[in-house]
Amino acid sequence: MIVKTLLRLAAMLLVLAALPAGAAVNVFASVPEWAALAREIGGDKVNVFAATSALQDPHRIEARPSLIARARSSQLVVATGADLEIGWLPVVLRESGNAAIQPGKPGYFEAAAQVRMLEVPARLDRADGDVHASGNPHIQTDPRNILKVAEALAGRLAQLDGANAVAYQAGLANFAERWKAAMARWEQSAAPLRGAPVWVQHRSFAYMADWLGLKELGALEPKPGVEPGSTQLAGLLERQKVTPGRMILRPAYARATASDWFGERAHIPVVVLPFTVGGSPESGDLFALFDDTLRRLLAGLK
Amino acid sequence: MTLLRPGALCLALAAAFPSVASAASDVELKQLRDQLRELKESYQQRIDALERRLAATEQRAAGAATAAAEAGVAAGSAAQSVARVEARSAELQAAAANAGGSRPQAGESAFNPAVSLIIDSKFTRFQRDPSTYRIDGFIPSGGEVGPPRKGFSLGESELAFSANVDHLFRANARFALAEDDGQGVVEVEEVNVETLGLPGGLKVKGGRFLSGVGYLNQQHPHEWDFSDAPLAYKAFFGYRLQNDGVQVRWVAPTDLFLEFGAEMAAGEKYPGAERNRNGAGLWTAFAHLGGDIGASSAWQVGLSHVGAQPRERTFEDNAVTNAFSGRSQTWIADFVYKWAPDGNSRDRYLKIQGEYIQRRETGMLTYDVDNLSGASAASASRLRQSGSYLQAVYQFMPRWRVGVRGDWLDSGSVNLGSLSGTELPILAGYNPTRHTAMVDWSPSEFSRLRLQLARDKSRDGEADNQVWLQYIMSLGAHGAHKF
Repeated sequence: MIVKTLLRLAAMLLVLAALPAGAAVNVFASVPEWAALAREIGGDKVNVFAATSALQDPHRIEARPSLIARARSSQLVVATGADLEIGWLPVVLRESGNAAIQPGKPGYFEAAAQVRMLEVPARLDRADGDVHASGNPHIQTDPRNILKVAEALAGRLAQLDGANAVAYQAGLANFAERWKAAMARWEQSAAPLRGAPVWVQHRSFAYMADWLGLKELGALEPKPGVEPGSTQLAGLLERQKVTPGRMILRPAYARATASDWFGERAHIPVVVLPFTVGGSPESGDLFALFDDTLRRLLAGLK
Repeated sequence: MTLLRPGALCLALAAAFPSVASAASDVELKQLRDQLRELKESYQQRIDALERRLAATEQRAAGAATAAAEAGVAAGSAAQSVARVEARSAELQAAAANAGGSRPQAGESAFNPAVSLIIDSKFTRFQRDPSTYRIDGFIPSGGEVGPPRKGFSLGESELAFSANVDHLFRANARFALAEDDGQGVVEVEEVNVETLGLPGGLKVKGGRFLSGVGYLNQQHPHEWDFSDAPLAYKAFFGYRLQNDGVQVRWVAPTDLFLEFGAEMAAGEKYPGAERNRNGAGLWTAFAHLGGDIGASSAWQVGLSHVGAQPRERTFEDNAVTNAFSGRSQTWIADFVYKWAPDGNSRDRYLKIQGEYIQRRETGMLTYDVDNLSGASAASASRLRQSGSYLQAVYQFMPRWRVGVRGDWLDSGSVNLGSLSGTELPILAGYNPTRHTAMVDWSPSEFSRLRLQLARDKSRDGEADNQVWLQYIMSLGAHGAHKF
């Protein structure tokens, strides 16, 4: 009786295990921007799961059971890397028991490895806050980086799923063409932003500032990942008098208190940027993300 | 700039040893140019600048070979300055490598394991003497269940190492460094190796590890939300079940998290007992199920079983040594629920967890094995006991959390057969309880300061009001925590 039940259970589990094979490539994206990018390139050849949403602080995600379950049946993990996900992704990958997606395997892809990193710290000390040894990990705020990652990701998808390699290359070509056209449009419309002095809540927009030529005066956070206190903000207000910033940039997931306090006293607008796909109602995909970001930045300039 | 000086010094060098100098600088400069060419790709701008400067240096050196017969005497320092140009070029190369992204460091230390050190100190105030701590109604579990000493105490420091061994194995080691009566003590908390490459979602772990049963059992003390373990864990596992053996886990390929595991272990610690036999003395099996509810909530439930067959498991009670031999079966049901607005736990979150543990032991209980009392006796006995805890922790603003916990133990039905309760006073029916409240402050993910207040009624008729002040600091690599 018991043996029979066990056999039945084993058979059921085998059927479950066999299910995902043959279907589209299961992609586990650590953050929404890479989920959106995988959809752009892979189309119906991929089945994409975004582990986090734009309203979550990507540094502080928990290794939830649902993430482990999704990682278990994934063929490709697309992570940002540069230690952005260090607080949760290593546990998810290890606990999943999925050998194909471990770092070093073709099933593990890091976006940050494809681009030139900014703000690589000259010294590593936790007294400097939440520093990332390999540089600022928020690379998705520069569309040029997105294109570089897209190229590498298409190659990786073709490697994993050779049968659909042509489809991935076509997906990339189609995306790259539309993306380059969009970039030209964005750069043109962003001309007034060049040299505009801004404050940032967290050093989330280094790559965007590099792309658009924004002048970052400093961060409200005294150290990366540390909430600003009143003395810190008062000090920044003094600096604002000498070198006035035009606006404060805050990612959608961050707490409003400090930037609102500062904006009110400095009489400058707080511009809440979507930061990633889904960070605002208007940023449904990658194109909309930059459309909306630029619209908000230009509105902040007025 | 420094590069003007090399020019002048090369001039001097050329003046002193015209032929040698020009030969030397030709070779050096050729090497430099080669290096620079390699650098070009990643560091174009600075390379251009350097090349222009080097071209100027070259010209001067060449000119010097023919024209500067009357120039200075410092040939030795000229060679140094050429070396300095080289060093500067190497610096630039290093900077370029750095700017190129996360190129790992080279050398022997590149493969060092991740090392972390966790220091944990307490300052306590107790009404009762911690050295006489006991949980009435339950057979003592022999572990480190008592509170720390009164006043200042240096708790255990955890030193942990972990790294991938090769493409198949990952190894973890964790040692607790403590002091006992002025003697340094090193305890091996965990030393194990786990597989990385098994197919089909299987994982095997071998060595000493914290058992996968229950929810709290796998968490290290620095991850606990309170300064001490729940009473139920103290009573049934000597605060946690640590196995020397093998563990197999399997995660089902389903969207709902479903995990099964089983362990086979030596079982030399409570609820097992020291044994000198082949094979295993303790088995466990567990299953966990978990998922999300919308974007804001996540949950996990589990059911676990621990089976052991202790032989001559001794314990002290009322100054004599008693022993139990038989079967010990423990069931654990656990749940955890976490809520954070939109799943963003940075600002606010709520965590509720609880576990229920029930144990049945049947076998032979021997009173006074050494026959000190002259009334040594043995009887078939049967114990069915249970315990639980429920706790909630709420982060109400970044860095600040408050928590409450309730602990309940039920000494349940104890049938001692022909033995009488006066011989085993610790097994007299009593239901210990404890109520705990805490507030903690974590300036970063790596530090935590905590104040905890508790009213502990582990001892029959002796309530203990406790105050704990604790800090926990994590140094070095700090691995991600489990859910």
